[in-house]
Amino acid sequence: MYTQALDIHGKEPVPAAGSEADGHAARFQARIDEEAKIEPKDWMPDAYRQTLIRQISQHAHSEIVGMLPEGNWITRAPSLKRKAVLIAKVQDEGGHGMYLYSAAETLGIARAEMLEQLLSGAAKYSSIFNYPTLTWADIGAIGWLVDGAAIMNQIPICRCSYGPYARAMVRICKEESFHQRQGFEIMLTLTQGTHAQRAMAQDALNRWWWPSLMMFGPSDADSKHTAQSMRWKIKRFSNDELRQKFIDITVPQAHYLGLTIPDNALHWDEDAQHYRVGPIDWSEFHAVLKGNGPCNRERLEARRRAHEDGRWVREGAAAHAARQGNRAATGSATGEPT
Amino acid sequence: MSATPAMRKAADTAHEEARFRYVLRLADTSLVLGQRLGEWIGRAPALEEDLALANLSLDLIGQARLLLTYAGELEGRGRDEDALAFLRDAPEFVNLTLAEQPNDDFGHTIVRQWLIDAWQLEIYTRLEHSTDTRLAAIAAKALRETRYHYRFSSGWLVRLGDGTPESHRRIQSALDDLWRFTPELFAPDEVDERMSDAGIAPPLTELASPWSARIDEALRAATLTRPASQPYPWHGKRGVHTEHLGHLLAEMQHLQRTYPGARW
Amino acid sequence: MSEADWPLFEVFIRSRSGLEHKHVGSLHAADARMAIEHARDVYTRRQEGVSLWVVRSADIVASDPGEAEALFEPARDKVYRHPTFYAIPEEVKNL
Repeated sequence: MYTQALDIHGKEPVPAAGSEADGHAARFQARIDEEAKIEPKDWMPDAYRQTLIRQISQHAHSEIVGMLPEGNWITRAPSLKRKAVLIAKVQDEGGHGMYLYSAAETLGIARAEMLEQLLSGAAKYSSIFNYPTLTWADIGAIGWLVDGAAIMNQIPICRCSYGPYARAMVRICKEESFHQRQGFEIMLTLTQGTHAQRAMAQDALNRWWWPSLMMFGPSDADSKHTAQSMRWKIKRFSNDELRQKFIDITVPQAHYLGLTIPDNALHWDEDAQHYRVGPIDWSEFHAVLKGNGPCNRERLEARRRAHEDGRWVREGAAAHAARQGNRAATGSATGEPT
Repeated sequence: MSATPAMRKAADTAHEEARFRYVLRLADTSLVLGQRLGEWIGRAPALEEDLALANLSLDLIGQARLLLTYAGELEGRGRDEDALAFLRDAPEFVNLTLAEQPNDDFGHTIVRQWLIDAWQLEIYTRLEHSTDTRLAAIAAKALRETRYHYRFSSGWLVRLGDGTPESHRRIQSALDDLWRFTPELFAPDEVDERMSDAGIAPPLTELASPWSARIDEALRAATLTRPASQPYPWHGKRGVHTEHLGHLLAEMQHLQRTYPGARW
Repeated sequence: MSEADWPLFEVFIRSRSGLEHKHVGSLHAADARMAIEHARDVYTRRQEGVSLWVVRSADIVASDPGEAEALFEPARDKVYRHPTFYAIPEEVKNL
């Protein structure tokens, strides 16, 4: 669904030493500056490769873990149409994870290694998915706010310098727009419904608003990676810029729904022509990132269990394929039914 | 003695009632199976299988929606797809008992899927030529989906049956567990007979041996043993279910039951 | 093959109106039949394709970017391979 600046505790990457490396690096930067795409077999600074591996795999992990909070309501969707739409959305998220793992693999890391990093807790994924989906309205709020924020983050990445990542993002962005619309439509239906449904919608907004703003990551003044990522055209806008854009677009949508943004300090700044929000509680963000959010343990546990429970299945398939390979080599029939 | 108008009317009513029940049975089997597959999302053995199971679920729910809508029209009491799906209790559901069996492990899910896919292949292939044109159209679409479903489920049956000793053991065990629900697939009752007499549905007994042949072919490739016949009279088609259906419906219907009359 | 070794396959799709298969991404599968199914499930949900190719990534031979100059530059100055290089009088039709 999106990525966020999770590497705030890391250090600025150190450029390689030596004049040949400088020559390569200069040519590399020149290509980036002229908006050429870097492709898998091109020379690239190791720090560029590592930054991308980290960012793309975190993005992929986020999509996969993101299937869980929404998947939680598939069996309880309140109509067959909503059920079908939700399954299709969650399926898209799985697909997005696949496109992204696929892009990351072009940089020399295997899917198995990335999965191991996720399941061991070493890899990060977006903090937003560590929040629980407590009511059906949460599904609407996620589509409207979380996917909305994701789209804002993702569209600039379609022009990222690394070809496979940019192409994966183009594909993802095309599929993403229905996600946000279905979420907003759910909220609209609820706010036009019964008193209980309206209350459900307001409650969901109350719980998802601030975490959605945090999705854009802390202010860039606090983020050490931003400068180099901008130079390499991996990141194209600052966190604050994207967050502000999201706020300006979303507040009127909430007003249209007749819902109240849970922020007493929210006001329109006439001079700047922007909505201004109250202070964001970054301590919550950091706590969730560290593993102390409402659902961190459950999310990872669910992924681990799926992986473990499925081991015999993957091994069975691999063994069968190996045997097929041997049979083909010795010319015997496979007998698979069609 | 020729039939009086009253007798003819009663026969028509009985016929329409049977047609409604027949379509509802197809609908409920697809719905319950689709709901079961929906439980897998995010928990499959590999990311690619999450997408595959989601596709199957979407197809089945799509079939259910078309069939439920048609059933509601046949019934003529104003019930739409959601009224039928969310507001009937377990005794009014008429799915095959096999469809409501729990997911358990991936092996059970695949065996359940494969057995029903093979059944749907026979049913939809014949229903494509039903004298009921609406049913024929639905069957034509469902048949294309079912061909893919069968490819998927039988492929996995073979991989796991002829995989590792563990995968073979698990899938044979699943087959042994679920085989007892298969007699219901081809046991006709008066609803089935009315429909086959009218040329609307194929006679169930004619489908048993092509189904069996297809099953045997797949079992051979999978190096699995066909379990012994266990002729227990399951009556899911008549609304008598296992304990599993009640829990499935409680989960599925929760919101509509808790907020009666709300639009979603 | 261990369970971690479902090999990587590259996926190519030809769209309904397209003439050639385009590379769309990659996926893991235990065997070729599964790879086709996965490709269909992942990459054709929006009717993107009428034909699928899956190729084991290990079987793809790619040109080396380091040799791009030698491989591709020489074609650059052979403009006579393009029809626009030739000046044909307008009155002559069907050329």
